[in-house]
Amino acid sequence: MMLSPYPTTGERIRIGLLWLWCGLVILFLLVPILIPVPLSFNSGSFFIFPLEGISTRWYEVVLGTQRWQSAIGNSLLVAFGTTLIATILGTMTAIALADEKFPGRRIVMPLLLSPLIVPVVITAVGSYLFYARVGLASTYAGIILAHTALASPFVVVTVAASLTGFDRNLMRAAAISGAKPVRSFFKVMLPLILPGVLSGAAFAFVTSFDEVVVVQFLASANQRTMPLEMFIGLREKLSPAITAAATLMMGLSIVLLVVANILARRGQKRPG
Amino acid sequence: MTAIPPSELDRPALARGRSAADADLRSVSAAIRRAEFGDRLRSLALAGPLLVLLALSFGIPIVLLLSRAVYDPTIASALPQTSQALSGWSGSGLPDDAAFLALAADLRDNQAKGTAYELAKSLNARLPGARSQVLKTVRQLESAGDKPPLEVVKSVPFWSQPGTWPAIANGTHAVTSFYLLSALDLRWNADGSIERVPPEQAIFLQVFMRTFFVAAAVTLATLMLAFPLAYLIASAPKGLAAILIVAVLLPFWTSILVRTAAWTVLLQKFGLVNDLLLWLGVVDDRLDLMYSRIGLIIAMTHIQLPFTLLPIYSVMRTIPPSQMKAAYSLGGRPFTAFRRIYLPQVFPGVMAGCLLTFILCLGYYITPALIGGASDQLISNFIANYVNVELNWEMAAALSFILLVFTLALFGIFARILGLDRLKLV
Repeated sequence: MMLSPYPTTGERIRIGLLWLWCGLVILFLLVPILIPVPLSFNSGSFFIFPLEGISTRWYEVVLGTQRWQSAIGNSLLVAFGTTLIATILGTMTAIALADEKFPGRRIVMPLLLSPLIVPVVITAVGSYLFYARVGLASTYAGIILAHTALASPFVVVTVAASLTGFDRNLMRAAAISGAKPVRSFFKVMLPLILPGVLSGAAFAFVTSFDEVVVVQFLASANQRTMPLEMFIGLREKLSPAITAAATLMMGLSIVLLVVANILARRGQKRPG
Repeated sequence: MTAIPPSELDRPALARGRSAADADLRSVSAAIRRAEFGDRLRSLALAGPLLVLLALSFGIPIVLLLSRAVYDPTIASALPQTSQALSGWSGSGLPDDAAFLALAADLRDNQAKGTAYELAKSLNARLPGARSQVLKTVRQLESAGDKPPLEVVKSVPFWSQPGTWPAIANGTHAVTSFYLLSALDLRWNADGSIERVPPEQAIFLQVFMRTFFVAAAVTLATLMLAFPLAYLIASAPKGLAAILIVAVLLPFWTSILVRTAAWTVLLQKFGLVNDLLLWLGVVDDRLDLMYSRIGLIIAMTHIQLPFTLLPIYSVMRTIPPSQMKAAYSLGGRPFTAFRRIYLPQVFPGVMAGCLLTFILCLGYYITPALIGGASDQLISNFIANYVNVELNWEMAAALSFILLVFTLALFGIFARILGLDRLKLV
């Protein structure tokens, strides 16, 4: 809020207080997520400022030891699998929902979003119970399946948003020109909504890569992902390796989501 | 241009009677209907795979879990003869010797089939202490030799205690309200009405109240922090607003686990928060913030702040600043203008932000597990504990059932009153 051209004293005080309060809130938001970054480069084993010295020894632990390496591998495997399935199925669903004639549209959307609302422990415990019966417990397929439920809503939402700027007449034009539906999807629709699809894919990837509760219930000991390794580490003994892992994970999420948001914005701005 | 629906095209044509043109029209309208049907089928086919996948990986698991809360056939299938013997029992006093004999026979069968431990565990969930008694009786029956089984069972005082047989009789009904009632600290009493369990056994109401309290405290804290910041971002010049919104989104895009990890570092006894408090002179001695309620609320507030802020901000930026200026120029004092012009318009956004944060707080698991102390565990932590440690699926299911009812009811209110467009999750 800016000052008006002829501010009164009361207005000056109000605006000053607003700025002060908001400055503190911004500090509250940013300082906690930035703190692990310098600590991860600490050469000592404690979490106390000032740092003893700069070193990359904790990154060597995270990137060099077998335990963390296999966790990173598991995380990437699950996240790529989830992204692939969630992106394909989510895009198909968003296209179907964009059609006003889609039956039961008002019911389907809340159902699609409900995995984001239902407490994740319930989803995790339920999957654990069900997958044990059908032989999916402790399998990568089971984890990917459960993560797809959590990730696909993001794809549906972002692709649906990019479809609002898509002119359906283009598909009719393609059909009249003799293109089969599949061909006109790949040649006409997909290039135009691609930013939305890629943005949804990035959201799906981050959702799966960051997820820890479902993995905790479904993964066997050698299927532990990076977040699960972190969670276990936090419970046992606080080691600076955790801050290095946290910094890596935070960096990856932020880079991917910045890209996703730039893409999503571009997708929506496109004139219809 | 509006298209004329095929049915209205049909009507005058029908009035003229049969003609070639008429037949054409009808075939056209039939073709349109066919095409529309095809469209519908195609969109269902497009959405179908995801809906099926969601049913498999989300719908069925949850329904299966919830069914465990009300359906528990363990005792009924472990004690078939006892169930039958008890069918004529009045429910008060001790049943006749036939029931004791049936029990002895059932217990032997369970031992032979290797299901005795499962039965003992299941009975123990309903009757604390029953596990060891059942296993003891089973052992004694095995080593009894010539001693008649009736005597063996009667020699264990547990089977003659007043609460034992009603619990067994209840357990022989596979469909049960026992666990759901337990999750609310209620039970059936002897004369068939529902009563509160004795205070020393009551745990869950307190946990639910704690969960609601933490959720409410976090919601209020995020609102106090988010509202002024949203207001500032909405009225700041474009460049500054972009920088501020990035400051909100950076933590939003960092996973809950990473932020919780950051807070465990900050809240340590020799961590930054204590350093700051000492430096400010707020406290004289370092506080124990880890494993405390206040530490938990601070960390959850940090994590939820963007969820509360974004819906508020998205409403605020649609309100033109000229409105407030108009209110001032008409003589409204700043507070009056804010209360009567601004607040009513941003209210839906405030509701959306607060309701979303409240709903999400009800399901918190990671942060209480890592930052909360033993008395700060929320309902999700109890659910996980019943599955991981106690192996009591029925109780986990019953708690999930009740948590889910609250969550979905609030989500329903959200969708109904505020609309799903206000749900800012990405």
